[in-house]
Amino acid sequence: MPDSDTLAFADRPADSVGLVTPHIAQFDTPLALACGKVLPEYELIYETYGTLNAERSNAVLICHALSGHHHAAGYHSPADRKPGWWDAHIGPGKPIDTNRFFVVSLNNLGGCHGSTGPVSHNPETGRQWGPDFPMVTVSDWVASQARLADHLGIERWAAAVGGSLGGMQVLQWTITYPERVANAVVIAATPRLSAQNIAFNEVARQAIRSDPEFFGGWYAEHDTVPKRGLKLARMVGHITYLSEDAMGSKFGRDLRSEDLSFGFDVEFQVESYLRYQGDTFSTAFDANTYLLMTKALDYFDPAAAADGDLAQALAPAQCPFLIVSFTTDWRFPPARSRELVDALVRAGKAVSYANIESPHGHDAFLLPEPRYEALFSAFMNRTARELGLEETR
Amino acid sequence: MRADLELIYDWVPQGAHVLDLACGDGALLESLARDKNVTGYGLEIDPQGITQCVARGVSVIEHNLDDGLGSFGDRSYDQVIMTQALQALRRPDRMLDEMLRVADEGIITFPNFAYWRHRVYLGLRGYMPVSKSLPHAWYDTPNIHLSTFNDFEQLCREKGLVIVDRAVGVGERRGHWTSKWWPNLFGEIAIFRVRRRER
Repeated sequence: MPDSDTLAFADRPADSVGLVTPHIAQFDTPLALACGKVLPEYELIYETYGTLNAERSNAVLICHALSGHHHAAGYHSPADRKPGWWDAHIGPGKPIDTNRFFVVSLNNLGGCHGSTGPVSHNPETGRQWGPDFPMVTVSDWVASQARLADHLGIERWAAAVGGSLGGMQVLQWTITYPERVANAVVIAATPRLSAQNIAFNEVARQAIRSDPEFFGGWYAEHDTVPKRGLKLARMVGHITYLSEDAMGSKFGRDLRSEDLSFGFDVEFQVESYLRYQGDTFSTAFDANTYLLMTKALDYFDPAAAADGDLAQALAPAQCPFLIVSFTTDWRFPPARSRELVDALVRAGKAVSYANIESPHGHDAFLLPEPRYEALFSAFMNRTARELGLEETR
Repeated sequence: MRADLELIYDWVPQGAHVLDLACGDGALLESLARDKNVTGYGLEIDPQGITQCVARGVSVIEHNLDDGLGSFGDRSYDQVIMTQALQALRRPDRMLDEMLRVADEGIITFPNFAYWRHRVYLGLRGYMPVSKSLPHAWYDTPNIHLSTFNDFEQLCREKGLVIVDRAVGVGERRGHWTSKWWPNLFGEIAIFRVRRRER
């Protein structure tokens, strides 16, 4: 996640969801995965914001991106320096208005923030799952999210919403469970990764796997983590999240000190920033999870199941779509969103598309921006009106 | 609704599948969907228009008409509507081809440059016309291809198109009898319904 403005809990604005507590749902029914393996049992950690109405018709699912998690809005404790990763868009009066909607945000399977994943205990071996954790795909995530919906008694989401990899999950929802999604919001996503996207992911994976501290994924048993690998992976990933202009205006060629040192220590501000981002990430994120999540990205290609015809793949979808891209996003550029829009049009689906002017590259989906807010709010308000939702508080 | 939109509303058949180019705030598509079961999409480039469409529940796609209609399939719509945008396009003639590629019928409206008030402005006063239908100054107008009722008829003839219907609007109203007889002189807004000649 990028820097969002730091906001101490004490100074939080009135449109914050405030203090939130995560919940854990346990599932004993085995989950058959796309890779052929079966997960006998698992847990999903999730948070909710707002109030579920009596008809259970106002629930909104938030699907997270590559390094995201369940903590999308609010604060875990008054000591928190930063709110959840999508706090700009979730809260009272915000686009996903918690006065109307009941928001569910989970950490996906294979994650490292509390849902069953590589850092969890493997009941069959008594060890940590580590690299033995089965490969999970976007379809597997959606299947597990559907079970979470069952667990919460939610028959149909008022909307499924996600950015980047989260948007791909939303897309998969409309294909796998069309009758369970009333509206779909797909932001800064793509119907499939390009060769260049996969190439960047592979560099990230190689950085991790070639770290001597990786130990074939069993680093935990050696009481270590492949910090250098994770750091490099994050650094290269981070470059793709920002636009050239954003990086230029944020750092330019600024130096940390006045004179050139003619050495390889940090000299330029951008080097310092990337190292800081990498360092922070390398101690906070699990390497095996990162490997899994990048693979889930690479494998996602719903059109493949329909002989490459995306419109055919999307034929089951029933809900209206809002597709949003950002002008300077070169990770998943506007053209990829437009591909998706064109396929939805060919399939005769209700779809709206906007390409938002923003200097922030791929990260723009996380940040507040007046046009983005207005559009997102318009779609969500329309959703609330269509479903006859009233304020729940 | 604007006078030209009211007329178009009548020309769109029940249950038609339409594409509305430069759909603005989506008012036409909304009422067509609500009252006549019309389906389809609006294309728009203005951010505010797009947000208004979304608020109304009208399917709108951000699209620059100067890029053509490449992604829309041949004869995939019953009608393509384009109100007050022809004059702002880089190549209006090509857009006409595109419209009649994706649909059998096109409805087009544009400001008639030969409207008598415009003639007075230019012919007698010697200034570029500024009016309700042409509200911009010459230096900041988006209207780069102004034309007349007659010009458009001529283009249709050259392209071998059939003019199914034509009408004019004046101000907020549909044209009155003078504009029926002399549309090129008394029509402020030209409104055409055209089809490809059947082969």
